[in-house]
Amino acid sequence: MESKSVLLVGVGGQGAILTAKILVNGLISAGYDVKMSEVHGMSQRGGSVSTQVHFGKKVNSPVIGLGAADILVAFEKMEAVRYSPYLKPDGIAVINDYAMESSTTAAGLAVYPEGCVEAMQEHFTCHVLNAQAIAASLGNVKCMNVVLFGSMVKALGMTDIDWEAVIAETVPPKFRELNLKAYRAGYDAV
Amino acid sequence: MKHLMSGNEAIARGVYEAGALVCSAYPGTPSTEIFEDLPQYSSELYCEWAPNEKVATEVAYGASIAGARSFTAMKHVGLNVASDPVYTAAYNGVRGGFVIVSADDPSMHSSQNEQDNRWVAKHAKIACIEPSDSQECKDFAKAAFEISERFDMPVLLRTTTRVSHSKSLVEFGEREEHMPEDYKKDAGKFMCTPANAYKNHPKVEKNLAALAEYGNSCALNKVEMGDGKLGVITAGISYEYAKDAFPEGTSFLKLGLTYPLPMKLIRDFAAKVEKLYVIEELDPFMEEQIKAAGVDCVGKELVSPMYELNPQLLKEQVFGEKPVTVDVGVKAVSRPPALCPGCPHRGFFYTMSKHKDYVVAGDIGCYTLGGSAPLSASDTCVCMGGGFSVAAGLAKAFAASGQKKTVFGVVGDSTFFHSGMTGAVEILYNNADVIPVVLDNHITGMTGHQDNPGSGYNLRGEVAAEVKIEDVLRAYGFRDVIIVDPQDLKAMQKAVDDALASNERAAIVCRRPCLLIKRIKHDKGLCVVDTDKCIGCKSCLRVGCPAVMVKNKKAFIDPNQCVGCTVCAQVCPKGAISRKES
Repeated sequence: MESKSVLLVGVGGQGAILTAKILVNGLISAGYDVKMSEVHGMSQRGGSVSTQVHFGKKVNSPVIGLGAADILVAFEKMEAVRYSPYLKPDGIAVINDYAMESSTTAAGLAVYPEGCVEAMQEHFTCHVLNAQAIAASLGNVKCMNVVLFGSMVKALGMTDIDWEAVIAETVPPKFRELNLKAYRAGYDAV
Repeated sequence: MKHLMSGNEAIARGVYEAGALVCSAYPGTPSTEIFEDLPQYSSELYCEWAPNEKVATEVAYGASIAGARSFTAMKHVGLNVASDPVYTAAYNGVRGGFVIVSADDPSMHSSQNEQDNRWVAKHAKIACIEPSDSQECKDFAKAAFEISERFDMPVLLRTTTRVSHSKSLVEFGEREEHMPEDYKKDAGKFMCTPANAYKNHPKVEKNLAALAEYGNSCALNKVEMGDGKLGVITAGISYEYAKDAFPEGTSFLKLGLTYPLPMKLIRDFAAKVEKLYVIEELDPFMEEQIKAAGVDCVGKELVSPMYELNPQLLKEQVFGEKPVTVDVGVKAVSRPPALCPGCPHRGFFYTMSKHKDYVVAGDIGCYTLGGSAPLSASDTCVCMGGGFSVAAGLAKAFAASGQKKTVFGVVGDSTFFHSGMTGAVEILYNNADVIPVVLDNHITGMTGHQDNPGSGYNLRGEVAAEVKIEDVLRAYGFRDVIIVDPQDLKAMQKAVDDALASNERAAIVCRRPCLLIKRIKHDKGLCVVDTDKCIGCKSCLRVGCPAVMVKNKKAFIDPNQCVGCTVCAQVCPKGAISRKES
């Protein structure tokens, strides 16, 4: 197979790295070569963050440039817009219909843009859900990342991997049930 | 079985497998996780956080002199701090293998510059080794110790952010034991007196020449021959990018040992391809040497000397293939990092921001963010430890030019121990008109929470001597050390006023632990807005808290982010914000 690139974007602290970890653990169990790139440090203090997963029979670069991602998973809708130039024109976007103010918009120094989701839908195949609300309905907004992961698995059509087993192995035991519920809810939401 | 590991985790594994005994470092992105990963091997090696990179390098080098395989790691600018012992260790040579990681940060994800530290290897006359993925991080770390011992020199293992922080699969090996022999004094080798250094220099040149010859056949450098049309000489992460960007059939000379360069191997490779490219991120380090050797090649004529590369950028720069992108027509506004909700630094910077005649020399750490809008409360940020001494220089120039300014020098607790202490002595010794301020949040924050000499714990999580910042300042001669909780804005302003009015040499320690420290039970709550009292004046926005915003012309506090620190409540002129206990 051709190698595939998944770009996960959001705001520091939203849990993109755990999502990528689940994805990567599943891909490894299925025998893929995988490279993953994270950003640490300064950008984690509420800044815009991205994590990339590149997988295939044999992969070289852990990162991609413009117009090269097959899948964009956005944990926040303005971040979907920010990273949209990285998505292939025929790429797929999974978008959390959820806005987080940036320090500039919160302070009134800039205005949060209108119509982020609609603009993405106009140009790409999109799967949109309110993962935040789904996570809240499950009793813990922190499992929002795994809700999105469920939606991504469906959007990717990667159903040949036992993702529930991978999640059970990857997350701490006390959050296992919650995350399995979150995964199923996300899968069913798109 | 293969393990998914970051480059940093793989280096730690390689250091363990190589039989290293003594490891010392100071944290710095993107190098930090190497040492966070070492304590798991504590039963077989000693590892520590040192106060700074120079100390760490000296500790590791001392262990090498004692015959132990020894190791240090730092970010690229950390090597500037450590360069003094590195350059002399290059002349003296080693006993146990001595490996230094420089983790460079192209594109400055978390740094003040993107200096290319391969030049340091050339300048110091030591080997430079560059891995491309996590497996190589582990394997090359081990090879680095062997090269260090065989060629009697420190070895620079150079990574970049994408090598250190990318994860790929790694196969483990067993640990080799390298116990030092009984210590023997060898002052002729390890005393860098002028006479010894004079004798040592020819040895340095001889060892480098031998290493260059070794590079022509060593396993770190490998040739992948294609059809002979296009050839690429590359190293590190650039190899992975070039593999994706260049067409099928391209030949590669992938260098793991990038200083000294294997010129015979390079010439042989060049002769076998029609067109030769040198693909490297940042500076034309290899290209200049290859061209100087008379080998025709193309490099920085096409490839940018700035910022990170990636496969699509290379395709565009080398072959003119523009990526196809979609413009969705909506523009995202910037989302810069900010001080966290409840960050203890906020109160200090808010206090500074209210006085236009204050000049604040800042430093490197989470508190660099005190310079960002809307607080905008720092004038400078230069380097670790510069907060005090840059302030001293500003004050001297203001005094010499008759400008009336009030100057504050600011460092964090970890930075104080790193290199702020000497600046504090400068302020006293040369009577600089500066109030030194230590923002003590009891942790090294920005790099992701490492302990330091003031935190009371060491790298291995053991209780350690807790060096008190106020004791150090008092011992120097600051008779009036004011300790204040910066989250209490009235007390914070009073501390500043008292320091400025003091008849003694005054210093301020702002003390409140970072809210993210897990071993402390924090007093968290939630602030709420009484919208009947709120007049929409936006005073609360001036504290620059990500949880505080305006909705429908009234203040709104995001309950998912707020921790109840009350700094916003203290600045509200109408008392419209109050704290609810949770």
